[in-house]
Amino acid sequence: MTSTISTNTGGMTPPARRAHILMCPPDYYGIEYEINPWMKRTRQADRQTALRQWQALKALLEKCGAEISLLDPVPGLPDLVFTANAALIYKNRAISANFRYAQRQRETPHDARWLADHGFVVESVPEGLNFEGAGDALFCGDTLFAGYRIRSDAAGMQAIGERLGCRVIPLELVNPYYYHLDTCFCPLKAGGAVWHPQAFDEYAMKAVREHVAELIEVDRAEAQRFACNAVVVDRHVITNTGCPKLHAELLQRGFEPHETTLDEFVKAGGSAKCLTLRLDGEEAAGWRNS
Amino acid sequence: MTTHAPSAAPSQTHAESHVEEVEIRGHIIDSLLLPKILDVIIGRGGAFRIKRITIGQARQDPSYAVVEVSAPTAAALAEILAQIADHGATPTQARDCRLEAADVAGAFPDGFYSTTNQRTEVRLAGQWIEVADQEMDCGIVVDAARKSARCIPMNEVLLGEPIVVGHAGVRVFPQERDADHKPTFEFMSSAVSSEKPKGVAIREVAAHLFRNQREGGKTLVVGGPAIVHTGSGPHLCELIRKGYIDRLFAGNALATHDIEQAIFGTSLGVNVDRGELAEAGHEHHLRAINCIRRWGGIRQAVEQGKLKSGIMYECVRNNVDFLLAGSIRDDGPLPEVVTDVLVAQREMRQKVRDVSFCLMIATTLHSIAVGNLLPAWVKVVCVDINPATVIKLNDRGSFQTVGLVTDVEPFLRLVAQEIAELEKKA
Repeated sequence: MTSTISTNTGGMTPPARRAHILMCPPDYYGIEYEINPWMKRTRQADRQTALRQWQALKALLEKCGAEISLLDPVPGLPDLVFTANAALIYKNRAISANFRYAQRQRETPHDARWLADHGFVVESVPEGLNFEGAGDALFCGDTLFAGYRIRSDAAGMQAIGERLGCRVIPLELVNPYYYHLDTCFCPLKAGGAVWHPQAFDEYAMKAVREHVAELIEVDRAEAQRFACNAVVVDRHVITNTGCPKLHAELLQRGFEPHETTLDEFVKAGGSAKCLTLRLDGEEAAGWRNS
Repeated sequence: MTTHAPSAAPSQTHAESHVEEVEIRGHIIDSLLLPKILDVIIGRGGAFRIKRITIGQARQDPSYAVVEVSAPTAAALAEILAQIADHGATPTQARDCRLEAADVAGAFPDGFYSTTNQRTEVRLAGQWIEVADQEMDCGIVVDAARKSARCIPMNEVLLGEPIVVGHAGVRVFPQERDADHKPTFEFMSSAVSSEKPKGVAIREVAAHLFRNQREGGKTLVVGGPAIVHTGSGPHLCELIRKGYIDRLFAGNALATHDIEQAIFGTSLGVNVDRGELAEAGHEHHLRAINCIRRWGGIRQAVEQGKLKSGIMYECVRNNVDFLLAGSIRDDGPLPEVVTDVLVAQREMRQKVRDVSFCLMIATTLHSIAVGNLLPAWVKVVCVDINPATVIKLNDRGSFQTVGLVTDVEPFLRLVAQEIAELEKKA
């Protein structure tokens, strides 16, 4: 599928700041281990197709106005492509991941080095606590919504909140297919988000409904297409293909949805959002605009 | 403070349950994490008590809660703790207690943990272990191999014994009023006063004494010679004969004047029945002591048929274990009097282990001595004409003491009468 981009060429109000995104080429991407229910070593990703899909995503993001920086791929680290998990970005601070699984723990030095080399103050979470970066921690307004239980620890999230001086709402994830918060929750703006409620326990559902006024619910079929794993750049919302209902909803609310095939990455349990790390702060992050 | 427990298992006392304190910090109210954690505890058969909670004022302010989690078994508690740990509830005391070998015999290592009379536990190899022989102003000696710990007085410390130092890995459970048992001593739970009606209070003491005996508890009486001087010896004798008293602690004086009365009919030379000073009465107590010393001791005097009445006589006849602890001003003393205070203290310590109720009557020093040895969960009633005695006991940390400022004779008389009434009803 191709997408239509409307570029703001009016020149009346130049974009406040260009979105800056970190990506990592899938040179060494593949299904080499199984750490989520999507991953099956018997259902291998095709590296050439993956590369084409990744390039298409990158081109689409650039067309939407984002500047893309690249992290060098590393042999033996197939999931390094999923840069969303590298860290949580807050202003010039990067809270580095402490991955649950040993297979991904080796990514951290590479992520941290890149971030430090590019002006971020890299911090780590308290010892013994797992934390998987922007995959599990997303700002919506001034509040940090934090997925926990499957990959990240609730106590680690609370510690981060204390450190950043912001409110943290830990949300328990109960469906192993939606093992990161960014697979089932995507802030669009302060007070507005896309979500798949069935991925959360009842307390988390209540908490989301309590604290996010405008919610777009994604059904099971589209959640499985990673509809919630969207990248938001200004009013553009980029997802995998196969999410027509969400796109219709987004259009109605004044967003510009785009789709691009990312099926090779779905095999590893990731999609558009997982392949990106927003370095200047997510679109919905309150601090970004303050 | 909030207490919550499933209705099927009302708030358990600590003695029957396994307990761990956890803390939860962050935005635990907005995120519903706190209610979730509490629900998990209840849902898995545990109970909780919120010991402390601070709610953040501004939106970005975190909240903080300290929650005591309890469960009927260690396994159930471990499972609950594992579950709630996933939601960010972490034990506040995740460290074992620190041990140091005693480097001087008869002394604790520097920085030793000084005990209270409250139920205490120490953490050994990740497990909480109840400290035995709970007593205030002691140290804690640990037997790691047997996974046990007990209070130990300073003078009994052997070289090399592992003694707990610092506060880490030690937790204390303050004594709380028993919620299940209807107000025992509720009436008297206010401060010591001579201006309270005594009848109700004395009835409560009698009811407790009665219940303690029926439930197989052990009652200790710590008594002073005023019991004899005031003519209330026969009331105490009646209670002994009926099996309400299991142990008697006193000094040389109580036994001496009791025996004086048995032999001469006087106490401190005063005829107890008529209230008149007997001729050469001031010599009676010395003569009484002399008799007992000549006969070989109190027990021998009873067995030889020479001592035929009185408190000590009833103790021997009814197998009530007695301990007479000496003091520097004692006449004689009677052969049974233990004159080495450390030996006396050690014997007292042994004899209070199973005591569940203690009546301290008209004695200051013995009351304080025993008060020091008793754990906080043993109910103590202190009866004295002088409020200072009761106040002293409280000031020294025996908070569980209920004070009654009254003359001893009417007290014991009413207790004996009330017991007789209760027996009739039963």
